[in-house]
Amino acid sequence: MSVVTSLRPRRGRNVELLLLLFAVAIITLAYATVEASAHGAWPANLATQVGGVLAIAVVFHLVLRWTASYADPLLLPIATLLNGLGLVMIHRLDIAKGNELGEGMALRQLTWSALGVAIAIGVLLWLRDHRTLRRYTFLAGTAGVVLLLLPLFPFIGREINGARIWIGLGPFSFQPGEIAKIVLAVFFAGYLVRTRDVLSIAGPRVLGMQFPRGRDLGPILLMWAVSLAVLFWQKDLGSALLFFGLFVAMLYVATERVGWIAIGLLLAAGGAVIAFRLFGHVQTRVLLWLHTFSPEAVAQSDQLAKGLMGMASGGLLGTGLGQGRPYITYFAESDFIIASFGEELGLVGLMAILILYVLLAERGFRIAVGVRDGFGKLLAAGLAFSLTLQCFVVVGGVTRVIPLTGLTMPFLSSGGSSLLANWTLVALLLRISDQARQPVLDTADSGPIPAAVGGR
Amino acid sequence: MNSPIRRLSAIAAALFFCLLVSSSWIQFAAAKKINDLPDNRRTLLASYNRERGSILVGGEAIARSVATDGELKWDRRYPMAQLYSHVTGYYSYVYGAGGGIEGAENELLSGRSDKLFYRRVSDLLTGKDPVGASLELTINPAAQTAADRGLGTQRGAVVALDPKTGAILAMVSHPAYDPAELSSHDIGAVEKAWPRLLKDEGDPLINRSIAGDLYPPGSTFKLVTAAAALESGTYTQNSTVPGPATLQLPGVAAPLANHDRAPCGPNDKTTLIHALEISCNTAFASLGMQLGAEALREQAGKFGFGQTLTVPMRATASSVPANMNEPNTAQAAIGQYDVRTTPLQMAMVAAAIGNGGEVMKPYLVRRVLGSQLQTIDEATPERLSEAVSTSTARQLTTMMKDVVTSGTGTAAQIAGVDVAGKTGTAQHAKGAAPHAWFVSFAPAADPKVAVAVVVEDGGNAGSEASGGAVAGPIAKSVMEAVLNS
Repeated sequence: MSVVTSLRPRRGRNVELLLLLFAVAIITLAYATVEASAHGAWPANLATQVGGVLAIAVVFHLVLRWTASYADPLLLPIATLLNGLGLVMIHRLDIAKGNELGEGMALRQLTWSALGVAIAIGVLLWLRDHRTLRRYTFLAGTAGVVLLLLPLFPFIGREINGARIWIGLGPFSFQPGEIAKIVLAVFFAGYLVRTRDVLSIAGPRVLGMQFPRGRDLGPILLMWAVSLAVLFWQKDLGSALLFFGLFVAMLYVATERVGWIAIGLLLAAGGAVIAFRLFGHVQTRVLLWLHTFSPEAVAQSDQLAKGLMGMASGGLLGTGLGQGRPYITYFAESDFIIASFGEELGLVGLMAILILYVLLAERGFRIAVGVRDGFGKLLAAGLAFSLTLQCFVVVGGVTRVIPLTGLTMPFLSSGGSSLLANWTLVALLLRISDQARQPVLDTADSGPIPAAVGGR
Repeated sequence: MNSPIRRLSAIAAALFFCLLVSSSWIQFAAAKKINDLPDNRRTLLASYNRERGSILVGGEAIARSVATDGELKWDRRYPMAQLYSHVTGYYSYVYGAGGGIEGAENELLSGRSDKLFYRRVSDLLTGKDPVGASLELTINPAAQTAADRGLGTQRGAVVALDPKTGAILAMVSHPAYDPAELSSHDIGAVEKAWPRLLKDEGDPLINRSIAGDLYPPGSTFKLVTAAAALESGTYTQNSTVPGPATLQLPGVAAPLANHDRAPCGPNDKTTLIHALEISCNTAFASLGMQLGAEALREQAGKFGFGQTLTVPMRATASSVPANMNEPNTAQAAIGQYDVRTTPLQMAMVAAAIGNGGEVMKPYLVRRVLGSQLQTIDEATPERLSEAVSTSTARQLTTMMKDVVTSGTGTAAQIAGVDVAGKTGTAQHAKGAAPHAWFVSFAPAADPKVAVAVVVEDGGNAGSEASGGAVAGPIAKSVMEAVLNS
């Protein structure tokens, strides 16, 4: 543990406020550009609309000042900027369909964003110490499994575009997998903190790598089976990859054994082969991935081809917001929103957005390093890595690094469940970061630490 | 746990790095390739944002863009409708640019060509709306009209060339179609017109003058055989050659016969010049066997057979089959068996003979013009090959003149002008009327125009057709049109 200096610790709240204003300014500019290119004039009520967004952001900021004054100052501005840019692009696509603000997807997205922020604030108010979550480890595990299985139940499960990952309640549809991602991260963190000592007992040495004992393979095999089940019954390649990858990464962090990663990669490769052999939809995805522009692939789906054509037409500098034709690609507002940005903001704009995600994820890892308890470390690292993995699966799918799978881009994509989940994720990271960046003396004053596990 | 977290964050950075590389690849390195994909709707839509260049013939636009208020800002119009359908091709929102200059010079017309780079930059700096380049064609409108009228409702094709430069003066293929049907902004109508044109048994979308199924050249190919004979050095125009009524081919039951089943001269013998004049089959068949398959192929190759030309549309290569046995060679020497050619190729044969043996590369675009109609680029005539020596060319010209003054090609005579020509009546399927051919150039001593005409299935004359009677008058009117303009 580090020695506390006599310097007054930097809380970073003023930096955060400044960055927030900057983020809202960028969103405003983007929104005004879209409106100007669609209607030839800036919106009349621009001040009110921007004021509303700014108010939401500032309220969040004030809550942080009050309940988590040491929280990382970059997380909120980045999340706000991404959420706002997504809104602008969705609104821009609404206009292309002839919908004005208030009648299209943008309004719904705005509502969900506000709800997401409210829930995030709620999490921060309710959860004053992230270690409290350890108590709910097995509740979280059960909830995660139930959430994953919900879409398979009759009556509430819905299959949309070939993937059974939705539940419907009346007019609302919801993707419980997004929430499951967070709940499972909590479960993995709690579970691995307890079992890490056992799981890191050295087993056989193969090729210079220390492997775990055979009897400890149970959990990873179970997780592998669950991922394959998700793939098989829900036809959801992306989620299967995400959950399994998350578990293996957290297992590695908990045990510090590279052998687990090797086993994970082997199992993933095996799963991929099995999936390719057994499932027609996986074969189609691979065909679309490897031979995107071939007539056979285009006959199946020209979505990926159209997305790539959109990105290519954007080139280095893009067509300008509102000037391109992202609406030619299907799901330009959700799965392919990154291609829409590539088209209109160019390679430069796309890279800037990707760098925002890099910052978000790397801040997460930094929080994991900084926080003192094992549970917090595992949870922060897990959340940061799940964000990374999700970005990789989505953008990698759109840019042909890997086969295309159906996941949403955090904060950008249209979709309520995704927004709620990712704002909750940011709230958890903020809460953990508050402790990570807090001087040690402060935590000592704040009472006994429940079952703290020291970091190495 | 900190060191695995740091390593995990390095893995995360590596994953993001992959994404930066892949998006750079798509949006920078491979962008041009993806933008140029044939069914890229964005590129097509973008091309409607810019005024597309006109296609001009004799100072008049045969394809031009007119501003509209719709989402597609420019409407493509074809004022002459069918007359130039295979020259212009079509520019369709649904099916892209194709079928002629519209497709072959799309980059110039749309303004995307690298040749226009400096102009684009200056347009960008001066804030002018970028405009595609206009193209002035080599077509002679009078010749084009004469060819179109001459073919009328008959199926077939006409190509006229300037023998000295290779400039294409007329290019007509019948049946024609109206490109406006495919270029309309009424997408529904376009989507109905396309399959109808594709299914039409007359294949109106095919430019028969440079592509399509390829025709057997029939007796017009005797020019190539005669050229090979003269070039071999053992024959002159006055050499005696065998000319029986029928010729027994080795290993084949049915003998090869003259069309009138009469000998071509007394004692079953004739001269080379007379053989061409009356289109004597047996003489050229035995000449072909004498010279050999390779000599025929080689001579045809010197005229341009076997080469795929871009004029700038892609012209299918004409062909003489390889490894022919004797009877096949005899058949090939009179333009039957599997010899296949385009009207463009046969016009090149006539043009080369008229041009002292030199084959000029055919071309359709005379000048590339900027937005103020200033010249950006001008075509320079290119020599393709030397098909025959000047003396062979001179002898062949004399022989072809005889064909028109006193042989099978009298229908192409023009008062006061020496015309050199050759007829062809090509059998192509059992029971079907033969294709009627005529190739010629005029004036014989200093030609201004070379023409090839093919009328499918004998045209209106049907099975009674002969090349001279059916195709000859069309060639005559095209030549006259050029000579009078």
